[in-house]
This record gives sequence, C-alpha cells and structure tokens, in this order.
Amino acid sequence: MSPEEELQSNGSVASSTRNIVGVLKEHNYLGLSDCSSVGSSNLSGLADDDKATISLKATELTLGLPGSQSPARDTELNLLGPAKLDEKPFFPLLPSKDEMCSSSSHKNIASGNKRGFSDTMDKVPLYTEKNWMFPEAVVATQSVIKKEVAQNLPKGKLSTTNNSSSPPAAKAQIVGWPPVRSYRKNTLATTCKNSDEVDGKPGSGPLFVKVSMDGAPYLRKVDLRSYTNYGELSAALEKMFTTFTLGQCGTSGATGKDVRNETKLKDLLNGKDYVLTYEDKDGDWMLVGDFSWEIFIGVCKKLKIMKGCDAIGLGMFCFLLVMPLKSLV
Amino acid sequence: MDLRLPSKVLEHILSFVDSNEDRNSVSLVCKSWFETERRTRKRVIVRNCYAVTPEAVARRFPEMRSLTLKGKPHFADYNLVPDGWGGYAWPWIEAMAVKCPSLEELRLKRMVVTDECLEKIAASFKDFKVLVLTSCEGFSTDGLAAIAVACSNLRELELRECIVEDLGGDWLSYFPETLTSLVSLDFSCLDSEVKLSDLERLVSRSPNLKSLKLNRAVSLDALGSLLRLAPQLVELGTGSFSDKLDQEAVSKLSQAFSEMKELKSLSGLWDVLPEYIPLLYSVCPGLTSLNLSYATVQMPNLVELLTRCSNLQKLWVMDLIEDKGLEVVASSCKELRELRVFPSGAEGLNDTNVAMTEQGLVSVSEGCPNLESVLYFCVQFTNAAMITIARNRPNLKCFRLCVMEPFAPDHKTQKPLDEGFKAIVERCKDLQRLSVSGLLTDKAFEYIGTHGKKLRMLSIAFAGDSDLMLHHLLSGCESLNKLEIRDCPFGDTALLENAAKLETMRSLWMSSCCVSFGACKLLSQKMPKLNVEVIDEHPLETRPDSSPVERIYIYRTLAGPRLDMPEFVWTIQKNPEIGVSHLAIK
Repeated sequence: MSPEEELQSNGSVASSTRNIVGVLKEHNYLGLSDCSSVGSSNLSGLADDDKATISLKATELTLGLPGSQSPARDTELNLLGPAKLDEKPFFPLLPSKDEMCSSSSHKNIASGNKRGFSDTMDKVPLYTEKNWMFPEAVVATQSVIKKEVAQNLPKGKLSTTNNSSSPPAAKAQIVGWPPVRSYRKNTLATTCKNSDEVDGKPGSGPLFVKVSMDGAPYLRKVDLRSYTNYGELSAALEKMFTTFTLGQCGTSGATGKDVRNETKLKDLLNGKDYVLTYEDKDGDWMLVGDFSWEIFIGVCKKLKIMKGCDAIGLGMFCFLLVMPLKSLV
Repeated sequence: MDLRLPSKVLEHILSFVDSNEDRNSVSLVCKSWFETERRTRKRVIVRNCYAVTPEAVARRFPEMRSLTLKGKPHFADYNLVPDGWGGYAWPWIEAMAVKCPSLEELRLKRMVVTDECLEKIAASFKDFKVLVLTSCEGFSTDGLAAIAVACSNLRELELRECIVEDLGGDWLSYFPETLTSLVSLDFSCLDSEVKLSDLERLVSRSPNLKSLKLNRAVSLDALGSLLRLAPQLVELGTGSFSDKLDQEAVSKLSQAFSEMKELKSLSGLWDVLPEYIPLLYSVCPGLTSLNLSYATVQMPNLVELLTRCSNLQKLWVMDLIEDKGLEVVASSCKELRELRVFPSGAEGLNDTNVAMTEQGLVSVSEGCPNLESVLYFCVQFTNAAMITIARNRPNLKCFRLCVMEPFAPDHKTQKPLDEGFKAIVERCKDLQRLSVSGLLTDKAFEYIGTHGKKLRMLSIAFAGDSDLMLHHLLSGCESLNKLEIRDCPFGDTALLENAAKLETMRSLWMSSCCVSFGACKLLSQKMPKLNVEVIDEHPLETRPDSSPVERIYIYRTLAGPRLDMPEFVWTIQKNPEIGVSHLAIK
C-alpha cells in the first residue's frame, strides 16, 4: 500500500472512534494523549453557518497512527459541525468532543516550562513518583479540569458562576496566562504582601535572602517577610526545590529515558532527608528552628538546604525539611 | 559620460538619512549605493539574532557604532520558552570585539548575557558609551561592576526588567570618581541596597544626568536627598514610596519635587502610601509619561493624581483605577496616546478588580483623540464596546486586548467576540499590532485576514476552530511580520499551504497547537531558508509523524541552522536521526 493510501485509511478508522466520547485515548509512545480533535463542536455551534469552501481540499492531509486500517472516510463524523465539512480534523485521535485540542496544552497546564524536566510536576499538588512515571495520570487529571471548564461552553458561558459550581481545580493555572511578565508577577506578589504589612510595621520592605541547595544548578531567593512562620517557609521552599530533586536525576541522564530517571530518583529520595540551615550575622551556619520566627528573620543572611548527612556536624536536628519523600507513601 | 553620483556626494546625502528602513531601501538601488550606504551606517538593528551571523553584520557595516539585538521570541516573556533555548549575546560580543572595536552602544533584548560578556565589553570597546539590557538574564552584579569600573565614557546604563543574580549593592561603588559623563542610570530591577553615599556622589558629579531609575531598596528619605542633587532630571523612577517620614522630611521632599522643573516621566512608586500622593502634585502638570503599574493605591487616590496630569501622553496603570478612574483620565488627559492597564490580582483571574470593565476603555476612546496604543487586561468584554472603540478611534495603531478568562464570550450577548474585532480591523486602517482574546471563531480570523492589511504583529491565544483560522491570516495579512499563537486548534494544512509566506515574515511561534511532527519535518525539507525549530521536551526520535509537537518556532535566516541548540530543540539538521517526513501531500 502506498503511503498515501495508508494515510487516507488511517484517518477514517480514527474518525470512527470519535463518537466514543471520553473513553478511548490514543497514546503516543510516552503514554501521553495525542492531540485531540481540531476545535470543539461546542464552539462551532456558535459560529455562522456560511463558511465558504476554500482550496484546502486540494491539499488534504489525513493523519493517523500508522497501522490502522479502514475504508473511505466518513465526513459525517466530522466533529466540526456541518459548516466545516471541508476541513478535516487532522488529529482524529479523539478522547472527547469536549476537549480542546492538544494534550500538550494539558501538559502545559501542569508544567512550568522554565525547567526542562518539570513537565508534569510544577502544578500538580501532590507529587508522587507515580505521577512522574505515568504522565497520563496527570493528563487525566488535566483532562478532567479541561472538561469541567469546557462543559460550560455549550451555553457559551464561562462566567463567574464557575467559581461556585466547579472545584478550585477548574481554574487550573495555565502557564503563561494571563500574559503578564514574570518580573511583574513577582514584583506585584511582594507589593501586595507589603501593603498588608505596612500598616503598623513602619519601614518593612521585602527581605530577600538567597537560598541554595546542594546539587541545584542555581540559587533562588525568597522574601522572608512574605512568610509568618517556619511552616510557611518550609512549604514554599519545598515547592521551589522539588524540581531540583527531579532535575538531578533527569538531567544527568543524557537520553533522559524514564527508566534511568526512576532509578536515580529512588536513589536520591531513599533515606535522604534535607535540612534547612542558615548563615547568621556572624557568618556561622546554624540549623533553622532554634529561635522564634521574628528573631530568625532578623539574623538570617542566607539559607542553604543541605543533605541531612552533611548537616550532622551542626548539632541536633531541630528542623527537618523533608523533600517529597513523604509523599511517596 | 559617467552619470553616477560621486560617492562622496552620496555619502553626504546619506548622512541625512537616519531611518534604517530608508537606508535599507537605499541599499537596494544599485551596487554602488549599497556600498556607500553600508560603509556609512552607524546604527545597526538585528531583530532576530539568529537571522544573520555576527561576522556577516560586522563585515557589512564596518563603521557600526551602535548595535541592537533581539534574541528570544516574545512569548518567552510568559514562560513559554524553556530555559536554555538560546539567545546568547556572547558570540556577538566576541565577534564585535575583534571586528568593530569602536562599538559604542549595545542594546540587547531578551538575550542571555553573562558576566563574561560584560567583562568582554568592558575590556574591548574603548569608547563604550551605552548599555541597555531589556528582559535579559544570566549575569550578576559582578558583571555590572566590570562595566562601571572600566567604561570611562559611560553615558547610559539601563537594566530594564532583567533577571540579575544580585550579589549585593557594591557594584555601584565601582564607578570611578573620574566618571562624569553619566546621562542615564536604571537599576530598578535589582534588589540589593546600594550605598547611598556612593549614589549621591555619583549623582553629584553627573551634571548631564537626565534619567535616574532607582530600585525598590532606595528609601523615600534617600530619594529626597537625591532629588536635591539632581533637580534637572527628565525621567525619574523612585524607589519604595512607603517609609514613614516625619513632618519635616515630608515637607523637604515636597520641596524637592517642586524644584524639578524638567521632569517629564515618573515611574517606580512601589508600595506608595495614599498620604504621599500629594507629594507628586507639583510635577503632574509637566508629566508626559506616568507609570503607576506598581502603585497599589486605590481609585480615589489615582484620580487625584490624574486630574492634574493634563499633558500626559503615556499612562501605565493597574486595574485598580476602575472604570471611574478611566473616566477621569478621559476628561483630564486629552493628550493621551498610549494606555496600558495591567491586572492587579496576582492570579489575574481570581482576584481581579470587578469594578473595571470594558466601559473604562470605551470612555478613554471617547475622550482622548490621540489614543493610538492600547494594552488592556480585563476579565470580560463585549462586541458593542469594541465597535464603539473602533468607531471612536480609527487612528489606533496598536490594540492588545487581553480578556483574561479564556474563551470568554461577549458577556452581554454570549456571542463570540468576532464582530468586535472585525470592527477594530475594519476601521483602524493603520493598525500594526493586534492581540486578540476571548471566544473567537474562524470568522474573526477571516475578518482579520480581509482587513488587517497593515498588521505586522499578531498574538493569538485560545481561539479559532480549525485550520481556516491560520489560513486566513497567512494568506490575507500582507504585512504580517510576527505571528505568535498558543493553544489554538489548527494543524498542518494551513501551515504547509502557506509555507512561502513564512519567508516574508520575521518569525512564527506556535505552541500547544496541533501541528504534527511530520509537518515540521516537511517544512524544514522544503524551505531551506527557514529555521524550523521544534521545541519539545520529550524525545522525538521514535515519535510518529502524526504526533503533535509542543512548540515550533520558525524564522527566516541567512545564517543557516544555529550551532547552539540545546537538547530539547530539534531540527532536521541537528537531529538527522528523526528522519524525513512521511507525510504525503497531494
């Protein structure tokens, strides 16, 4: 069979699966859902029905997974609605009509693109090893999120009623949206906190200290005044540095294959606690937690997340910052 | 008889031709004009650092004194480009150090600049005068110290929204006592406190200082003494505006402000307390540019300020201004040309001010006849509002509307915002930049393709239904130069069909769309003058051609494939193992 014919027939097998809503999910080799239908039928219902045909037909492409067989394509299965008969969806690998195309956007929802291997990690509230290994679990979560959002589409309403009716997950944070520069976001975040604090606390601006972590590629900075106790600081640092733990196993493998990642991740997390230490005004390194929070922010100059074994020389463990290890349970 | 213009005469004539666009035209006339033009061009702008090699630029323009470079695609601002993608300044600086040692000015945007780069600049360009870094990263305050200490003729040092590893404020102390040429200093993006006495001395010995933008760590008290030392400032970026001052300090500060007769531009104002707003009243009538986008004061205070700014041309503010505040702007700031309204909520959506709606922008469009540039973040919008705005302001050149709720329809009629944007592109015949948002069908893009003939830059997110969307744009928008798209459901066909168009554009960015791996490969194979970069953090070797890619960045280039691509950027040249496309196109 010529490649052309093969491609043609691939299209219609896949298109016949389109009607099975929400059940079938085509996966690529990584276990991630492929891009779903082009466009949402809900949206097209709102469009005018007087679409003119264009010469797209002449360069029709049909794409599907190699190996699937089928007879001629059935245009009535076209999800885009009658107005769009001439445009074939090019990724008829459809889990659900309601989903907007591209599970890669799902990945984006879940991930921050800043770090290479943070793909499924950043925004997933509960980090588990399971999630790392089986990204479709994450994608499934995100599909649910997308679905909830999309369910309002038929009415064309994505109004504030969302807030009450859907769980908080429905407003899952989308990377880079709204399009506000991170510089602005970061500055504003501190501004808001400061304006809360300024009443009654004259002269308090942000108190940035550097935070380094053994093995992390670069430093971070935190504003100590934006937290009110050790617990908040700990939580924030944990979130910030989780990705470095992953990064260590991810980037060291040149091929980045999952198997290698898994082994290295296990090594890293097995029994390795991290402790939070700080450098005080005299230049001494101390364990965080001995003093009250107010005193602490007055003396802390720098923070460092050390591996537990390295910190033994600092005396008793008062404050343990345990990395995602505890979530593995 | 030789009718050619003697080159000396031509040179003289060309010395009056400033604009690079005109010079580009001049260089196309004939060979001798090309030669004369290239030998006399002083200011070179390369808007995509990968479109051409540094050596080629240096060779063509040996008399270059000023170089402007842009690196990463615009969407890098919103974290859509992974770290390590590229945009390194080093190869350029290294090349210019050898070939253009008389370089005096360097302006970089969205590039990775390291301390080595800064040290190299300091060491190589004896007459270096101007360094402006916008949205750059990769360097520390040590690099700044290198510049400060070595560049004895430094005029401008501006760091605009850069990510700098801040190792402390001592870099400022490295400016030698002999440096008296400073005209502009902007360190507003740094965190650390600089030594006030050093700053004061620097300001005192810089009689030509016209622009000073402080960082947040500079207190209100310190501001007072600095203003007294530099009443001639034209541009001022304050530090933090929130310390508690005693009565005497306040009146001194007020006095200092009233001495500033030349002040035209005011920014900073972080944490500004309402009770300090009156301090600014004396400078308001002279202001042409006001950046309140970090000032978290509420509408009534903002109004007090803005009623006094009758000459304002550029206003950046947060949505705390509300519709009411924008009405005041409409009635008071008749000279307004540019308005940007940013969201105040950190998340944008969840805690955004609901007292600001589309009505605010409508008022401004009614009241400000010179309004030509708009950036407006709003939770939702209506077609009627956009139609009114278009009718009021056909002179709009830049219209960027960000409806923060993805897929939000017209909140009164529940229809898509197609008709609204149609009115904008139809009426605003000189529109050059457009960002769309909200619920949009392919129809919106048909309108844009039909009417947006002068459109050069277009940004799209969460819109459209199908390939038609992209097809309309690529086939209709004749002047299209930069197109950036995220999360839109179009696929391969429109892209491949309009491949030739891509050579007439600077760049195309698409992320989270449905472009297949095979299409990317095919495009690369067919279009050698384009760099087709697939930016995807999952390995592509074993991916089927049909699978969608995370992001593509396509740009025209004379330099061929670049040599500094990281692991997650895939091109058919760098990664021959990905094979050729198996797509069959009829």
